[in-house]
Amino acid sequence: MSAPLSYDPQPPRPAWGVRVEPHKALSMGQGIRIAPLPRQVRVPLDLTAMRVAEAIVAPGDSILTGQVIARFPGPGGNAICAPVTGRVRDIAPCPVPVAGNYQARCISIDTAGEDRWSEDCKPLEPAGSLSRENLQARIARAGIVGLGGALFPTADKLRTRTPVNLLILNGAECEPYITCDEMLMRDRPERVIHGAAIMLRALGARQAVIAVESDMPEARLALKAALAETDEPGIGVAVVTAKYPAGGERQLIELLTGQEVPLGGLPGDLGIVCQNVATAAAVSDLFRQGRPLISRIVTVTGNGIGQPGNFEVRLGTPLRELIAAAGGYAQPDCQLYMGGPMMGIALDSDELPVTEASNCLIVSTPEEMAAPRPEFPCIRCGECSRVCPARLMPQDLLIACMAGDAERQAALQVDACIECGCCDYVCPSQIALTARFVQAKAQQRHWRLDQARAAEARERSDAHARRQAERAAQYADGPKADPASGEQAMKDLMARLGQRDPTDD
Amino acid sequence: MTDHRSASPGPHAPHIRTPVGVALIMRRVLYALAPALVAYVWFFGFGIVFNIIIAVVAALVTETVCLRVRGQELPVFLGDYSAVVTGVLLAFALPPLTPWWITALGSVFAIAVAKQAYGGVGNNLFNPAMAGYVALLVSFPEQLTNWLPPRMGDLDYEPLSLLASLQFTLTGALPAGFSLDAIARATPLDLMQNELGQMRTVEEIRGSFLFGDFGGRGWEWIGNFIALGGFWLLTRGIIRWHIPVGVLSGLLVCATVFFLIDSGIHPSPGFHLFSGGALLCAFFIATDPVSAPSTERGRLIFGVGIGVLTYVIRSWGSYPDGIAFAVLLMNLAVPLIDRYTQPTVYGTGASNR
Repeated sequence: MSAPLSYDPQPPRPAWGVRVEPHKALSMGQGIRIAPLPRQVRVPLDLTAMRVAEAIVAPGDSILTGQVIARFPGPGGNAICAPVTGRVRDIAPCPVPVAGNYQARCISIDTAGEDRWSEDCKPLEPAGSLSRENLQARIARAGIVGLGGALFPTADKLRTRTPVNLLILNGAECEPYITCDEMLMRDRPERVIHGAAIMLRALGARQAVIAVESDMPEARLALKAALAETDEPGIGVAVVTAKYPAGGERQLIELLTGQEVPLGGLPGDLGIVCQNVATAAAVSDLFRQGRPLISRIVTVTGNGIGQPGNFEVRLGTPLRELIAAAGGYAQPDCQLYMGGPMMGIALDSDELPVTEASNCLIVSTPEEMAAPRPEFPCIRCGECSRVCPARLMPQDLLIACMAGDAERQAALQVDACIECGCCDYVCPSQIALTARFVQAKAQQRHWRLDQARAAEARERSDAHARRQAERAAQYADGPKADPASGEQAMKDLMARLGQRDPTDD
Repeated sequence: MTDHRSASPGPHAPHIRTPVGVALIMRRVLYALAPALVAYVWFFGFGIVFNIIIAVVAALVTETVCLRVRGQELPVFLGDYSAVVTGVLLAFALPPLTPWWITALGSVFAIAVAKQAYGGVGNNLFNPAMAGYVALLVSFPEQLTNWLPPRMGDLDYEPLSLLASLQFTLTGALPAGFSLDAIARATPLDLMQNELGQMRTVEEIRGSFLFGDFGGRGWEWIGNFIALGGFWLLTRGIIRWHIPVGVLSGLLVCATVFFLIDSGIHPSPGFHLFSGGALLCAFFIATDPVSAPSTERGRLIFGVGIGVLTYVIRSWGSYPDGIAFAVLLMNLAVPLIDRYTQPTVYGTGASNR
């Protein structure tokens, strides 16, 4: 079949972004390996502060793989499924490896050494016979969330109020080191395409495009070959330039369609929905195999790991067990990072659990990553604004951040910062720009709230003053009735007193 | 936000960085000037070497004193080579035979007043080297116009020896048999301006041995080597094309227009390109990022402004070369240029509304 949208296989090079040493070959030596079942898993209930699930199991309960163990409140019906078979040990706060490195309430499950699946886990084919709403409900119940890192419930993203013209399957894995999506597209392209077809139906859309980067020829060929074998209409493959951060949602949309998502808006405003290719594969697994979201592919890489590669890991697996599965530490003084080197977070423990957002675990040797260097004054070289995909002026924002000037930060649109780290990467003065902008964005929320409160207070005060003035005016006007009637009253008074009219003088 | 969040323990993302730091940028600027320095010495003798040594030492001493007074960290800020670059650029602008104290004074002014008084590296409003040069130019006009004739062309050319150059630089005395009036020459730009003022035509003036194929003899070759260094900086990403293209196009467009109107009284664009500091300015002086606009469009405008102002000063001003004044004037316009050339942030353009 032919691609629905014709894209140049060598697309134009974006002006923004940076070319970073890819380090991808390190973890691409072999295909996706299945990690052994963990001895214990921890399943977070509030991985993002916006969505907090409620456990429907209690300590001591026996759990089967794929069984719903927690539900998110609200009409969406989003759930969390047990990644293993075992017994609930406790539900308590544990540290989790996501931005902020905070503690989430986790259901801890001791595994029973076996993998017995819940009765609910049956294939749902043919998916084509199910209604849109039914597809969405099943995806929600299977606990499928965006595996690109945002963790947004997939079903909620498929329930669009406005019509969708284009579904973008994001396989443009632009960060160095990370290869889980590329390996998925190479090893299991048919799942990505099948999942995309189901998502199209759940969206009521007709056109989907799988975006790969220009340095992934194998993935592109695998997808093309798999597409040729299916009869799914409306799905194509597009190539974008391999340049970080081409895989950022907003950047990918710009590269593919030439349109920009409005600041503060969503891709839906353009009639576009973006999903990660791994999410599509998870949807396929649900309908074809009856497998809810209980695992994900994690790239374990870096110079500090024995056998780097991609592993299909049960969610909640302690990183320690994943590292053991990947051949263990190559040397003692390694540093762990969750995610890529551009946006990932440094971890201080290998006891943390694998989550839906865990696309890559880097076990780095001390010399592999940049040592913190002292900041030097900004020389305004402008490299940061040259590479900024949001076309911000980081050098000016830096001044606004150092001055704590929220108004200036707002004028410079700090909210448009996608926190990609390109400005930091190129800065010859080694200034921690992104970290400051992340902080500034958080402060912007407070500042806007303060502004709104101040505006409300001002309005109330103005209204009060207005009422005061009106009342004062009323009192002032009161005794001054109509001058004509006043004259008449005086005449009447004079007449009654029997005197002559005073106006006759 | 839930209450159990705490601060991130490890270092912030990104965890990788380009190896190109400020010190490396400044060192590369110095490397890029090396070919031009060799050409300079060939055509005008060893004077510039002493100028560079004096200017750099004075710059570093001034920087050290200022940093200490301001309570800044010496090893961090002295290691950035920015003071060295300032000193070298100032030395490139000075005549080969400049008394040491004038060079040193210019360097001290550049660092202490134009740079450190504004808050040190990254905070200066004006290009320090050009501020230092202009301070000297208005204070010591006579000493700053005593250029030597270039090697070649002058039939009785007798280069000043290394020692004689050093002796003049340090003591102001020339060896027996030499007098400053006898050996000093005007620069081609100076000559052109003076003679044009005396109602001669460009063609007549260009008959002087000081002129080469396009610009001044010797200057052309120095210009070539400066451009070579400049292109290397462009390929290494140390400078970007906007300012050099702006400066050269601003200058050349003006020169071409007036040359076409009347080539009798307006020298050719080639003359303007290869005379004085045009190429040095385009690639090394105007490209100082600190005192230039921060937007790309702004840098183009900034460059064009320098080119046009240089032409105006050269043609109708009272100074033979306008580079330094043009740079300083455009430095003043930087906040305005920045203000009106802000890029449209992603997702905020008119097409999105």
